[in-house]
Amino acid sequence: MTTRGFAIHFDGRPVTAAPGQSVAAALWAAGVRSWRTTRVSGAPRGLFCGVGACFDCLVTIDGVPNQRACLVPARPNQAVTTQIGTGGDRTGSTGS
Amino acid sequence: MRYDVAVVGAGPAGLAAAVTAARAGCQVVLLEAAPQFGGQFWRHRGEPGAHHRPWVGLAALRAELLARKVAYAVDAAVWFVERVDAGYRLLVTGREPVVAPRLIIATGTYDRVLPFPGWDLPGVLTPAAAQALHLAGVAPGGRVVIAGAGPYLLSVAANLLAAGVEVAGVYEAGDPRRYARRPGAVVAGKLAEAAGYVAWLARHRVPYRTRHAVVAARGTAAVTSVEVAKLDRRGRPVPGSRRVVACDALAVGYGFTPRLELPLALGCATRLDVDGNLVLDVDIAGRTSVPGVYAAGEVTGVGGTELALIEGRLVGAVVSGASGRPNPFTELELTRMLNRRASYRRLAHLAHAAHAPPAEWMSWLEPRTVVCRCEEVSAGQIQAAVTDLGATEPRTVAGLCGAGMGWCQGRICGYATATLTAHLCGRALTSADLLPFARRPIATPVTLDELARSPLK
Repeated sequence: MTTRGFAIHFDGRPVTAAPGQSVAAALWAAGVRSWRTTRVSGAPRGLFCGVGACFDCLVTIDGVPNQRACLVPARPNQAVTTQIGTGGDRTGSTGS
Repeated sequence: MRYDVAVVGAGPAGLAAAVTAARAGCQVVLLEAAPQFGGQFWRHRGEPGAHHRPWVGLAALRAELLARKVAYAVDAAVWFVERVDAGYRLLVTGREPVVAPRLIIATGTYDRVLPFPGWDLPGVLTPAAAQALHLAGVAPGGRVVIAGAGPYLLSVAANLLAAGVEVAGVYEAGDPRRYARRPGAVVAGKLAEAAGYVAWLARHRVPYRTRHAVVAARGTAAVTSVEVAKLDRRGRPVPGSRRVVACDALAVGYGFTPRLELPLALGCATRLDVDGNLVLDVDIAGRTSVPGVYAAGEVTGVGGTELALIEGRLVGAVVSGASGRPNPFTELELTRMLNRRASYRRLAHLAHAAHAPPAEWMSWLEPRTVVCRCEEVSAGQIQAAVTDLGATEPRTVAGLCGAGMGWCQGRICGYATATLTAHLCGRALTSADLLPFARRPIATPVTLDELARSPLK
C-alpha cells in the first residue's frame, strides 16, 4: 500500500495527510487537537467517538460546515477551517 | 432487483448472516454505512494486513460474499425504514431505495461513555477513536492513559504499546476477579487471553489497576493530566485515593451502546440487558417482535465477535428457511452452534458483571460538569430539572434542559442522562428511561437534498 503523503490545508496552513486517513486523523497527526468551538460556551472540541456517532468533530471542509472530520476522507488540497458555533457565519448562510 | 432479505450492517454478524443466506440460495443485499466491510472489530486501513489483529475471519467471509455474488453497497447508510406492501423499504444515502420482504438488523454498537469533569477537553476520546487513529498510522498521544471498563481496554493498550506509544496506565473500573472460577472452555480461553494482555502490560511496566477510574481530566486547550481514584463498591472515589497522572491523551469507555434506530422505527420490542443497555428482544431464532424483522449480534445484547458470528450464521439459516430455501446446516451443526451461543452468552453475562459501569459514577460529577456535550447541558441543570422542576423521567428532563436533544440526538449522553435521572429520583434504571434517547426515526443525518429526492411524502 502506498503511503505517499499529500497536502491538505487547515486554517490556511499546510498539513500532510496519508491516503486512507480521515480529515481528523490527518489533523491529529499534525498535532491539532481541536477544530470547532461550541455554540454556547465557545469551548474547543475535536475528535471524540471516532465513529460518526457524537458529532463533536464537526468542521468546515471546502466551505461546507458541519462535516464529521472522523468520517470524511482526507483528499489533496482540501481546505479545512475551524468551525465557529453552527458554522453558519463561515458560509454566509443564516445558520440556524 | 427482487431480494429475499436485506442485511443492514457488514460487521461480523451481518457478514455471517449474508454469507449463510446466500449459501442457502437466497437473494441477499448487504448494506454498510462505512466505506469498508468488517464493522468496528475488523476495522482496517487499505488491505487489512500486518497492523491488524485476526482479520482472517473477515477475509474468508468477504471472499465467500464476493464468490456468491451477494449484492452489497458500502458508504450506504440506511437512514429510514418503513413497512410497504412488498415488505420493508430502506432509504439509503446516495442510492435508490431497497425493498425486501425480510430484514436482518446487524447494526452493532459504538462506545458507551460516562461524563466526568473535563471529559469534554480535546484529547479525551473513546477507545474506538484511539483505535481508529492507531489504524490510520497516527498515535493518539505521546503519553496515553486508558480507562473505563471491559476487556477491550487491554487490547487497545496492547495495540498502542506495539506501535511504540507510551501508555501511562490502564485503569479498569470493574473487578475482573468476579469472573471467579467458572467452569467452561470458553471462559478459560478468554481469561487466558486477558492474562496474556496483563502480562504484556507488566513487561512494559504499564500500571494496570482494577477498581480504579479516571474521575477528572485537567487542562485548558487540551488534556494535560487526569485524576485517578480507587473506587469503593458503589463506584464512588475512595477518600484520599486521588492522584494525578500526566498524559496528553485519554482513551475512556464503559462498554458499548447498541444502534437501534431502524428496529425501533419499526416498533420492535426491547428489553433492558444485564449491562444496562437497551437491546432488541429476540427469540431463539433471532426473530424480533415484528414479523419479517430479524436481528443478530450486539443489537440483541453485547457479547463480542464470536457470539455475533454465531448469531449471524443462525439467523442467516432461519431467514433462509423463511424464504423457502433449504437450511444450509445439518441438525448436528445447528445444535453445536446453539450450544456455543449459549456458552458465549454466559461469558457475556460474566463479563458484564465483572466490568459493569460504576453504579454511582455520578459521584464524580461537579454541578458545572457538562453531561450533554452537544447542547452543553450541565449536571447541575439536570439536577435542577429533577429536584426543582419535578421531572421524574428522562424524557421530561430532556424537554426541560435540552439534554440529549442536540446534534447526536442522545447517542452519547443518553445513558448518562437516563441513569443520572433515575439515580436522582431514587429508583432503578428501566428500559423506558433509555427508549427516548434511542428512538430516532431519521436514523442518520441526511441533507435536505437527500430528503427532497426521497420518496417520502
